[in-house]
Amino acid sequence: MTESSLKERVDELVPIFFMGKRYLVPVTLTIQKALEYAGYQHIRGCGCRGGICGACATVFRVPDSYKLQVGLACQTLVQPGMHLMILPYYPGNRAVFDIGALKGDGGELASLYPEIFRCIGCNACTQACPMDIDVMHYMALAIRGDVKGVAEASFDCIMCGLCASRCPAEEVQFNVAILARRLHARNGLPRAAHLEKQVRDIAAGKYEESLRAVMGTAPEELRQLYKDREIEPDNADEDWKPSDARFV
Amino acid sequence: MPYPENFAELIARVERTRPARVEQKKNGQEFPALKLEERAPVLRSYHPDFIENTRREISVGPSRGYAISNELVDLLEARSRVNPDLVDLSAPAIETDVLVIGAGGAGTAAALLAAENGARVLIATKLRHGDANTMMAEGGIQAADKVGTDSPYFHYLDVLGGGHFNNDPELVYTMVTEAPDAIRWLEGLGANFSKFPDGTMKTMHGGGTSRKRMHYAADITGAEIMRTIRDEARNHRDRIEVLEFSPAVEVVLDENGRCCGALLYNLETFEYLLVRAKAVVIATGGSGRLHMQKFMTTNHYGATADGIVIGYRAGVPVCFLHTVQYHPTGVVFPEQAEGILITEKFRGAGANVLNIHGEQFVFEREPRDVEAACIIRECEPAGRNNGILTPTGKHGVWLDSPMIEQLKGEGTVRREFPGKHILFRRFGIDISLEPMLIYPTLHYQNGGLEINSRCETKVPGLYAAGEVAGGVHGENRLMGNSLLDVIVFGRIAGLSAAEFARTADDPGKPSLDHVRRYNEEVETAGKDQGRIAPMILPDYSNPDVRGRQLTKERFGTLS
Repeated sequence: MTESSLKERVDELVPIFFMGKRYLVPVTLTIQKALEYAGYQHIRGCGCRGGICGACATVFRVPDSYKLQVGLACQTLVQPGMHLMILPYYPGNRAVFDIGALKGDGGELASLYPEIFRCIGCNACTQACPMDIDVMHYMALAIRGDVKGVAEASFDCIMCGLCASRCPAEEVQFNVAILARRLHARNGLPRAAHLEKQVRDIAAGKYEESLRAVMGTAPEELRQLYKDREIEPDNADEDWKPSDARFV
Repeated sequence: MPYPENFAELIARVERTRPARVEQKKNGQEFPALKLEERAPVLRSYHPDFIENTRREISVGPSRGYAISNELVDLLEARSRVNPDLVDLSAPAIETDVLVIGAGGAGTAAALLAAENGARVLIATKLRHGDANTMMAEGGIQAADKVGTDSPYFHYLDVLGGGHFNNDPELVYTMVTEAPDAIRWLEGLGANFSKFPDGTMKTMHGGGTSRKRMHYAADITGAEIMRTIRDEARNHRDRIEVLEFSPAVEVVLDENGRCCGALLYNLETFEYLLVRAKAVVIATGGSGRLHMQKFMTTNHYGATADGIVIGYRAGVPVCFLHTVQYHPTGVVFPEQAEGILITEKFRGAGANVLNIHGEQFVFEREPRDVEAACIIRECEPAGRNNGILTPTGKHGVWLDSPMIEQLKGEGTVRREFPGKHILFRRFGIDISLEPMLIYPTLHYQNGGLEINSRCETKVPGLYAAGEVAGGVHGENRLMGNSLLDVIVFGRIAGLSAAEFARTADDPGKPSLDHVRRYNEEVETAGKDQGRIAPMILPDYSNPDVRGRQLTKERFGTLS
């Protein structure tokens, strides 16, 4: 698009229907900004404004189409004549669990959320996902007890609730997914051994002397220490070791 | 929308210089970083903190005489939203042990630790649980935990250097020594950090780091941490209650000046509700939505400095608010995504920053203030005037994301940066093939309420943690230290508040006398210009509409 044609479009106002009420808004804006332009000060239905928090799940229809479309209000451009509704909350049951008592096996997904077996494979959840996650696929993996599979397939989930809102089997997919991700991270992957060691070393006071010394260093000397500190090369691999091992 | 057609030639310039730049990177040759003594002149000439007439001295309150940005002073030289005479302080709506104000990373970590230490907790928050800057943090969380390679000693040096050596040393000490345990805590709660098959954390560089100690969860590290600890809080509903859409508009103090609760405002029923608590944690985050100097911001909708205002009125001094962090890389095209953060992790992964000629002009991993100032210098007509002009008249520079594909293998951008890949794809731009157009964006409140390493403020019973507090980052925070800050100090605040609630005598009668006195001080100083604070929500409505609304404030005005 050239500069001039964009400028023309900035001024072009189009009708949108928010909860059935008509407003004229610039065609270049996202739904979220268009509603603000129209005079709304969002309370619900607005969060990060960057597509990651899940506060502004939106359903809409455009003229001459029977299709129900979805998007995030902060990410979706207005379309002339669209009818829309922001869905700032959707009730979803959530199992309460003691994460420390779970083992991370697939059966735990089913025991905490037995309704996963009610899935009829209609694919409405996948079609409703504004993050393009194949929700039905990970629900199938959940039924199979594949915790790792669910964790990986659902990683981009923003828990907006659109999948649950469209589910004829009344599943709450996003809560099943976060359970799987937590189980996978906690039980499916090996713990970082270096973390354990460093926590122990710090508790044992290994760095106390060097830290207290640097805290008491005069400003000029401190600047020199900073300038002289050895920088790990960007292309170094995991085996890289500093030439000066005094403080590590 | 995709790039305009006339950008094709500009992008071709980037593509022409790319093979040589990739080759240099592979050989370990970097664009030279500025020397320590070269940083100051660039900052003074081009960093927004140094522009004249953008700061003024606060004329009221405990930090009277301290010059900070006009937008913040406007909020501090303002009257309360409430008329103390109209509030019934005799009958609290809710009583609890620990009240946590704010439900982002710091607030949620505080609530979990307070509950674990025996307290009944109420989290009161303006929007939803988890609607916070923590959710939006992308790049990573620092911790010096690779034994034999890195240590808290080097983390400490890096933090000090980034903060211009003015940081509070005790706070930095606490942050760097608690960092590995904070990561271990998150790992134990089931946060998915990117790992090697043997469990070793994948780590990378950030701006100003001497070792690769940035842990990450793809490019949605903050979201992964936030959704994990929020989920854990939901396992403790017996001890942690969450009240959403109920911001605190004042804290309340007893006759001895001890904090004993807060006044909440229900955004949907317009009621003011008194909460009595034995200890209060302010964890309300930052202030990007004040749009200092009209900059676009990466911040969450709720980042309006509410906690600074109510804490300051209660008597807590502020520090390090004279510097504001501008993230070097915010989206400047497409317009619809303007201000959105492009994580530093792109530069950590090797992406160069380039001008209109496709040439490098800055090392891509300078500390944030230096990087931002160099980008502004490159774009400003009075500087080097080498920026790329967008169709709406803004300027920016390229961030060469496609070179990551050549450095780290095809598919890396989609795999390591799924959030941004999806964002740009929605607008018809594939960032694994085309570079991103970026410009500095208002990102972080470096300073805030003064605390010690137990998160205590000057007011007994009142604690603060996370972005709302100041000192640990000095005058400039490094990447990966804010997620660390919210987890480390959030946990400490929760622990300290729970201990205080358990051991201190019960507080006396709640009062808003400090608010009365503050209102009078604003008036006496001749600063009463009808402003009220905290702001609660920013107003982005069309000025024509605003003119027809005929009300001074949209939500919560009392006579």
